[in-house]
Amino acid sequence: MSSSNLPTTAATESAAGTPEKTVIVDAQQVCKRFGGNLVLRGVNMTVHEGEVVCILGPSGSGKSTFLRCLNGLETIDAGRVDVDGQFIGYEQLPDGRLRELQAKPLAKQRMETGMVFQQFNLYPNMKVLDNITLAPIKARGVPAREAKADARRLLKLVGLQDKEDAYPKQLSGGQQQRVAIARALAMKPKVMLFDEPTSALDPELVGEVLNVIKELAANGMTMIVVTHEIGFARDVADRVIFMADGVIVEEGPPSQVIDHPTHERTRNFLARHL
Amino acid sequence: MTPPPLINALPARRPSRWAVGALALGFSAYLIYEFAASPNIQWSEVWNYVANGQILAGLGLTLVLTVVCMVVGIIGGVLLAIMKLSRNPVLQSISWCYVLFFRGTPVLVQIIFWFNLSLVFPNIGATPTNQLITPFIAAVLGLGLNEAAYMAEIVRAGIGSVDEGQSEATAASGLTRAQTMRYVVLPQALRAIVPPTGNQFIGMLKTTSLVSVIATQELLTSAQHIYSQNFLTIELLIVASIWYLVATTLATAIQSVIEDRLAAGDRTRRTSDVLAFWRQTLRLDRKISPIDWTLTK
Repeated sequence: MSSSNLPTTAATESAAGTPEKTVIVDAQQVCKRFGGNLVLRGVNMTVHEGEVVCILGPSGSGKSTFLRCLNGLETIDAGRVDVDGQFIGYEQLPDGRLRELQAKPLAKQRMETGMVFQQFNLYPNMKVLDNITLAPIKARGVPAREAKADARRLLKLVGLQDKEDAYPKQLSGGQQQRVAIARALAMKPKVMLFDEPTSALDPELVGEVLNVIKELAANGMTMIVVTHEIGFARDVADRVIFMADGVIVEEGPPSQVIDHPTHERTRNFLARHL
Repeated sequence: MTPPPLINALPARRPSRWAVGALALGFSAYLIYEFAASPNIQWSEVWNYVANGQILAGLGLTLVLTVVCMVVGIIGGVLLAIMKLSRNPVLQSISWCYVLFFRGTPVLVQIIFWFNLSLVFPNIGATPTNQLITPFIAAVLGLGLNEAAYMAEIVRAGIGSVDEGQSEATAASGLTRAQTMRYVVLPQALRAIVPPTGNQFIGMLKTTSLVSVIATQELLTSAQHIYSQNFLTIELLIVASIWYLVATTLATAIQSVIEDRLAAGDRTRRTSDVLAFWRQTLRLDRKISPIDWTLTK
């Protein structure tokens, strides 16, 4: 975690810049190691407002780790990640050196990204409504009444308006994940990160969660989804990224990456998952 | 199709249960008889002293000491645990040294040390130390600070039992570590913290008797005072034991109520299951509801 030997990547402006849409997430040459194991070997990704990006890849390819770098749950060892124009996890000093952010400003940065986890991670000691309103009230300082009204609106959006008084354990996995999505949306994030949102679900519950995500996509939410659901990626993604061994092997529109993959690894992966 | 008759079987034979039960009953009956019939115990004196003013005052002090020391211990323990789990190496080390020292020396020594603090520091500020450190304060410092070291380990283990995904979820949504602790982690850790804390509380009820060495008039000291004058040693020890038993039984009951409440919305084993077992064993709730065949096809 030594910040001294970071290459000062002078924000390589995305060459093929789409002028109209704002850049929400800009990751450049992101590297991450766990001990001696380099799990991300220079990943570049730029996501514009309203774009839906699906990341596919075999397990161990680094896609979840990459997602967790985007909101600072993992600190990166090289490269840089900007979300909404802010360098995640570090501040740049006038002399160009980097300093690790303190807890408060880091927490502030994270308010702009919503995250949905594979294991839902709802708070079991709180009712559904309190799960959703906790962060808006405590982190954003939204008045409780306003936060509750907003939470009810979100519960309706995910089709669980009658469950606000339930405890997470009383819900099915699919329902829990929909609550988790509502919880992440409640912070009004600039981008939503989904870390294999349906991998822990029974097959018959996958659809209800994917439908909610599809609806968000239709509403213009910026999203990055790590998933194994190829069919879903084909339907929803503007862009599909295929990762293996810590690098992006191939990326492009689903019609290209999923239907006409050029790389051997992508073809092998898709052959096993379709 | 005619529904088959419901099974109404006899319970399996469990001769060993009956044998052990009979043995235990017989042995306790024998002990009770020996104590009750002993010519060396004047039971009438026991009943005379149960509600004795001095005994009740001692009981009161024991209860106050226990509660105050546990409050000091719990608050201190939570702080120490949070320090130990913080990312700040300075706080970690302070907590580590505290636990090493206070858990590593006998609590009796600590009580006597606080009581004799004036030997080291004759004055604190402008006031003489002996005026500040009354026997009660010395008892609270000795027992409470020692307790904090034990509670620190209990709270730390409780926090460790909460799934890491919980703090990841709070971090991802922009809550600080302090908020995470307060609203998400500690409330869940409570379920793991309460049972051993109940243990500590009951232990403390009895450990307070140690402060008799610095002449604090709690329950046991009061009993000793009385029997040193009338030589009814066993009788007064029985009186003290009766009150300790009453207090610990009450504490146990309160603990199981708290535990059941914390288990809200969860189907783990509850304390009242023991009662359910006895009801069933004694056939107090043996009911077989008929199967509703209209529901099954």
